[in-house]
Amino acid sequence: MPLITSSKTQPSYDLIVVGSGAAGGQTAYTAVMEGAKVLMLEAGRNYVPESETPMFQNNSNAPLRGASTPDKPFGFYDSTIDGGWEVPGEPYTSASDDPERKFWWWRARMMGGRTNHWGRISLRNGPYDFKPRSRDGLGFDWPLNYEDLAPYYDKTEMLVGVFGDNHGLENTPDSPAGCLQPPPAMRAGEQLVRARGKKLGLPVIPIHRAVLTQKQDADVLPKKIHPNNPRAQRLLADAMRARAACFWATPCGRGCSIRANYQSTTVHLPPALASGNLDIVPNAMAREVTTDANGKATGVVYIDKTTGQEHRVRGKVIVLAASSAESVRIMLNSKSARFPRGIANSNGLVGKYIMDTVGARLTGQIPLLENIALNEDGAGGGHTYIPWWLYKEQLAGKLDFARGYHIEFQTGRHMPSMGTASGMDAYSRGSYGKKFKEDARRYYGSVVGFAGRGDMIPNDDSFCDLDPVVKDKWGIPVLRFHWKWSEHETRQAKHMQDTFAQIIDALGGRLLMKPEADGAKAIEPGGKIIHEVGGTIMGADPRKSVTNQWCQTWEVKNLFITDGGPFCSNADKNPTLTIMALAWRATDWMLAEMKKGNL
Amino acid sequence: MNAPDLPLPPRRLDRRTAIKWVMTATAAMSVLDHAAFAAAAPAAGAAKGYGTDPDLMKAWKPGEAWPLTFTASQRATAVALCDVILPADEKGPAASTVGTHDFIDEWISAPYPGHAADRKTILDGFTWLDAEAQKRFRKAFTALDARQQAAICDDVCHLPEAKPEHRQGAQFFRRFRDLAAGGYYTTPEGMKDIGYTGNVALEKYEGPPPEVLRKLGIA
Ligand SMILES: Cc1cc2nc3c(=O)[nH]c(=O)nc-3n(C[C@H](O)[C@H](O)[C@H](O)COP(=O)(O)OP(=O)(O)OC[C@H]3O[C@@H](n4cnc5c(N)ncnc54)[C@H](O)[C@@H]3O)c2cc1C
Ligand code: SF4
Repeated sequence: MPLITSSKTQPSYDLIVVGSGAAGGQTAYTAVMEGAKVLMLEAGRNYVPESETPMFQNNSNAPLRGASTPDKPFGFYDSTIDGGWEVPGEPYTSASDDPERKFWWWRARMMGGRTNHWGRISLRNGPYDFKPRSRDGLGFDWPLNYEDLAPYYDKTEMLVGVFGDNHGLENTPDSPAGCLQPPPAMRAGEQLVRARGKKLGLPVIPIHRAVLTQKQDADVLPKKIHPNNPRAQRLLADAMRARAACFWATPCGRGCSIRANYQSTTVHLPPALASGNLDIVPNAMAREVTTDANGKATGVVYIDKTTGQEHRVRGKVIVLAASSAESVRIMLNSKSARFPRGIANSNGLVGKYIMDTVGARLTGQIPLLENIALNEDGAGGGHTYIPWWLYKEQLAGKLDFARGYHIEFQTGRHMPSMGTASGMDAYSRGSYGKKFKEDARRYYGSVVGFAGRGDMIPNDDSFCDLDPVVKDKWGIPVLRFHWKWSEHETRQAKHMQDTFAQIIDALGGRLLMKPEADGAKAIEPGGKIIHEVGGTIMGADPRKSVTNQWCQTWEVKNLFITDGGPFCSNADKNPTLTIMALAWRATDWMLAEMKKGNL
Repeated sequence: MNAPDLPLPPRRLDRRTAIKWVMTATAAMSVLDHAAFAAAAPAAGAAKGYGTDPDLMKAWKPGEAWPLTFTASQRATAVALCDVILPADEKGPAASTVGTHDFIDEWISAPYPGHAADRKTILDGFTWLDAEAQKRFRKAFTALDARQQAAICDDVCHLPEAKPEHRQGAQFFRRFRDLAAGGYYTTPEGMKDIGYTGNVALEKYEGPPPEVLRKLGIA
């Protein structure tokens, strides 16, 4: 079974999966490897990283030297297709005009979704992150423990390939031997931050990113990942052999034609398609889940964007993996006599408790890093980070906010872009001519940018519902967002600013921007960090949640949501590794339930 | 994706510039200002952008995505000023020899929001520059010798120190210098000039050598 058009779909499937990103990719992969017949619907066009990735192009080959535009908001060579903060013909709205209460929604309409250009930072949630309410009385506990998910973190790391190492730090889990790829050497600036950070008590350690620093062991890993399934082992081994290790050049956000980093399109979909159990219809915009008189899901209605025609497909189990907010939208639009408020939404909680990550940033110029001639391309993104280091102080009530953050930072001499030598008059006192060229060489690569990424606690004011008026170009009602940060987040953002200023000072650097004293001003708007989760939260009580711990909706036994929707808290750890691990666990359980005849 | 490099201090933070370091592969460290896109007026004529799914594999040249709009004399002024700001030296060629002025033409002719403002800044700046050259030396800027050109540029090269009568010129000069630097340092010659040695596939990534660590005091 392959990439097909609408006219070629089978009369029925075991699973219909909506979306082909991290969640859809993992769900379909897990299911087809176990022999289930799966139809995947993807709203975007097909995308082929091997031939479409502008690996070595330098910015002078791009219009506007690759600078961002509304057509390509993260720059010309960013791999996002038909996406960004706005998607043509597919609006979303905001309930408030107040900029602080707006939610920013980043989407990509392409095979593989946002996994083609994500940052690849892949951190495990720790034990505290699953039981936040038990720890500090705020938000919700997950209906599962770290130990429940740990085996799936192991498998996901082995499958996608994640570099990093273990430091035994609080709530920053170690991975068992054999899971992680070796971390890359630290860049000069990263080592400097590590050395100077010590005085401030900051642990600067290798970050975990989904990049292969060496080829995967195709003789060992498939057997660990799929014990007792020789066919899956063979398919995966072939797929692993087709991936190369990182060659230490070309930014990962463009995608990776040699398949050295994780994209659904280079990691999940090739072996899944090779299994013969997966059909994918691209350009298929799912509108609603259909149900029968008993309230069971029967299939999906979608618009074929190539023809504008409506199609209906049937499946025994329906999995929404369209990204958390989009899955909410599909559910709210799936109205019937049985579910007048949208499918599986009798308690009105679909769309509630959406979350993003707290973000704030500060940059400094570091004289010690001037004039260091090195090739620092490395593995695309950062090689190091600073996990949250104040758990004890926070628990002891010494901080005025409840949850932690980690620090990502960027150093090094990257491929020149429009930003490389601009605004330099701030330190070059207006030089031009030969002096300017000397200054450019001197300051190039001497700037360090710090970005905090913090835990957000779900709140009643952050949710989405259907806009009563606005529809997209296919006539489908669109989402309306409501947003508010609490003081736990804004105070955390203020703490980030103070910390970054201290680090820049410890580096002997000068600030390039004033640290913001007001956390409400320092914090990035909701959605800007593009870690949107929640909206179909999981829980132990059907009255207070939308799904159980298996991402199965309480009300419709054969309807699952495997994207970030079921997250009932949003730890500082970037969400995607957890999305994949949860999707894998949910799909294993779903297949077992199907076998038992329970769905 | 791209580097933090040298972002501007906050008040002058140019969004298009700032976005470059946002694009670190570390995640969405976004400073993209949506409002900046929404508020600015559309630019040069009815030209269209390259769309949301452009060909990333081909080598684009200024003028291909939308027409260039410099007049012959504007182009000549751009060439002259590019080379005053980024002249040839032992590390690299003069900026105009690698097409920096064509890039600036592409930039100010672009149909995207924000570019209209740059268009006005740059074209008004050319007018100001020629008027100033006429006033001081009775010649066009392009006809001045190096010393005469420097006499004007020295008055406008540093905005915070510019006299009130030179403020407009200084604002123009700062923007032009940023654009010229972006245009030049992104070319293969410019990348070599600034000391970028990456974008080549390597067997191994070794990290900094001992002498660099010693210099940093962490060996
Ligand atoms: C620049 C950037 C950097 C990031 N960095 C990181 C990082 O470092 N670490 C991290 O953990 N996360 C990061 N993220 C977030 C990460 O990309 C997401 O968490 C992840 O992709 C979510 O997976 P998903 O499958 O839920 O959604 P997506 O990857 O967005 O996939 C959803 C897919 O569903 C399709 N779809 C949507 N609606 C429909 C419909 N109605 N019918 C059919 N198909 C539909 C979409 O077209 C899309 O292809 C980053 C994101 C961005 C944009
Ligand atoms: S840095 Fe490595 S993993 Fe990232 S795109 Fe380049 S080769 Fe691929």
